[in-house]
Amino acid sequence: MAETVAVRPGPEGSREPGGSAYFAYEERPRVLEGLRAYGLIVGMWVRSTMAYRASFVMTTFGNLAATAFDFLTIVLMFTHVDALGGYTLPEVALLYGVSATAFGLCDLLLGSMERLGRRVRDGTLDTLLVRPVPVLAQVAADRFALRRIGRILQGLAVLVYALATLDIAWTPLKVAMLPVMVISGAAVFGAVFVAGAAFQFVAQDASQVQSAFTYGGATLLQYPPTIFAKDLVRGVTFVVPLAFVSWLPTLYVLDRDYPLDLPQWVAFLAPVVAVAVGALAGLAWRAALRTYRSTGS
Amino acid sequence: MLDTSVGAAGEGTGVGHDGFITLDGVEKVFQVRRKAGLLRRERHEVRAVDGISFQVARGEMVGYIGPNGAGKSTTIKMLTGILTPSGGRLRVAGIDPSRERTRLAHRIGVVFGQRTTLWWDLPLRDSYRLMHRMYRIPDRRYQENLDRCVELLDLGELLDVPVRQLSLGQRMRGDIAAALLHDPEVLYLDEPTIGLDVISKAKVRQFLKELNAERGTTVLLTTHDLTDIEQLCRRVMVIDHGRLMYDGSLAGLHEVGESERMLVVDLERELPAISLESEGAGPLARVVKVEGPRQWLAFPASASAAPLVARIAAEYPLMDLSVREPDIEAVIARMYEAAAP
Ligand SMILES: Nc1ncnc2c1ncn2[C@@H]1O[C@H](COP(=O)(O)OP(=O)(O)OP(=O)(O)O)[C@@H](O)[C@H]1O
Ligand SMILES: [Mg+2]
Repeated sequence: MAETVAVRPGPEGSREPGGSAYFAYEERPRVLEGLRAYGLIVGMWVRSTMAYRASFVMTTFGNLAATAFDFLTIVLMFTHVDALGGYTLPEVALLYGVSATAFGLCDLLLGSMERLGRRVRDGTLDTLLVRPVPVLAQVAADRFALRRIGRILQGLAVLVYALATLDIAWTPLKVAMLPVMVISGAAVFGAVFVAGAAFQFVAQDASQVQSAFTYGGATLLQYPPTIFAKDLVRGVTFVVPLAFVSWLPTLYVLDRDYPLDLPQWVAFLAPVVAVAVGALAGLAWRAALRTYRSTGS
Repeated sequence: MLDTSVGAAGEGTGVGHDGFITLDGVEKVFQVRRKAGLLRRERHEVRAVDGISFQVARGEMVGYIGPNGAGKSTTIKMLTGILTPSGGRLRVAGIDPSRERTRLAHRIGVVFGQRTTLWWDLPLRDSYRLMHRMYRIPDRRYQENLDRCVELLDLGELLDVPVRQLSLGQRMRGDIAAALLHDPEVLYLDEPTIGLDVISKAKVRQFLKELNAERGTTVLLTTHDLTDIEQLCRRVMVIDHGRLMYDGSLAGLHEVGESERMLVVDLERELPAISLESEGAGPLARVVKVEGPRQWLAFPASASAAPLVARIAAEYPLMDLSVREPDIEAVIARMYEAAAP
């Protein structure tokens, strides 16, 4: 029989008896393949959610309302004080809006990864491993919940409020900084999600630890850095560079001094840091996936 | 290992030249921790697959059997790339599964009887649609394959039912279809008939048979139902404790298992146990049971019944007789027992 390992028949290639491939496999960049698969799976979940439109609207609204309480707490605080750590309400609102939107984006796109631990323990990850697309994309897109968009809407609303009330001396750099910090922020949170997922391969309760970093981090960043102890700020900046998400760039936009002694251009490192931690998380993920050992039944 | 070359293993397909699936001393060792005392934990090794070598040619249909915990599922997981072998060499269609898992995925289909590869909350139809896009199956092929599966596996009425609402047998048929939409060259089935009723089993077997005959799909099948093997596979491999115990034809198992056929004779009246001495070669058969005029005689499965019957007819008042074929289950059971440590 002819060598069939690398057969590339036409689009509807003819088939020899003995079973060569009908259609050829083409090497494609993994990242693109992953994104494509992610899109396919997400699309399917969205379609199936939309079949129950009323319930979707309800849960999205519920989601929005629940997260809105976060900001209401801050507003209530300001009815007693004029400033928090030297920051006015609109300034805190900017911090809050950036952090909440970034986290919301990441939660919308990758929130499903929290369930990975269960898949590892009960062995259902097996079924994702036999499909021809990257596992990370499948895990991230699994049961994509569009209702998580509520968090983003709420974050954006606060952001808009902040921008409307603040009196900022806008420069082109400051304007550019806005989308950059939201997107790199989401990317840093995303890296924490992926690293957390990688950790779930080895530790049973890793998702709790991950939540501490993500939810905890997002909450932390909603307040001005000046109200926290220096050591905490240092840790958030250098160990898990969440500060690059919002504190540093937002403070640049607000013309405020960062509590740590850092030059101002550091604020522009946000995208670089995002890419770097993203790459690290990707490596952790690959290493973790190799340790997967399925289950006995 | 008892035997590796008995019978019709891959007749005419040239086993050995064209190893489509090739295993060479493949091992899988699991490190497990066990509680030993209050806090102390003991590490120890489970050798799930312990040096297995075999080849499967393109287009073969092979049964892979063995007792619980023998290492069947572990082997299949290595063949799909889910698990990385701890040792040895493994190739499927020239691909190292664990290193190029996604590349291999386009060429294999997998059915786990124990769990579904479908999306639990979605109707079958949506799962299939997603596969269509995910595997980049040309539209026409997809439609042809889907239609064929729907017809032969009787899926028509199930397409719009969410997978979690399907019964075990319905889900299994849905899973088999899902594994075949992208025209895989190899199909691995890990207990595909588990929990199926008689009709579903027959349907699935017929489907697999046709798939193998018409498309030349290579099939590797694990099962605890030996009828599956009898009806589908000319070649069977038996493993136990992670080692290959037998590789050959199903018929060959009888020889290896020293199985016996049973001759049941009805005599005119009650008589003492039949005793037949052949010249110098010991008894032709041994009497296992006497019940009134009826006697049961066991003789080697490989021997012919004719001389035995002739002798009895000549020396005893014979009324009636019947021959019972050996029970393959019993043969396998003896084999599993013999292998136990
Ligand atoms: N993920 C795992 N971790 C630890 N041990 C495992 C794991 N998977 C399998 N084993 C062990 O390896 C051995 C072989 O298991 P395997 O699932 O391959 O058996 P099997 O032949 O499929 O059995 P069955 O007929 O019961 O399905 C068993 O002793 C099992 O306990
Ligand atoms: Mg098994």
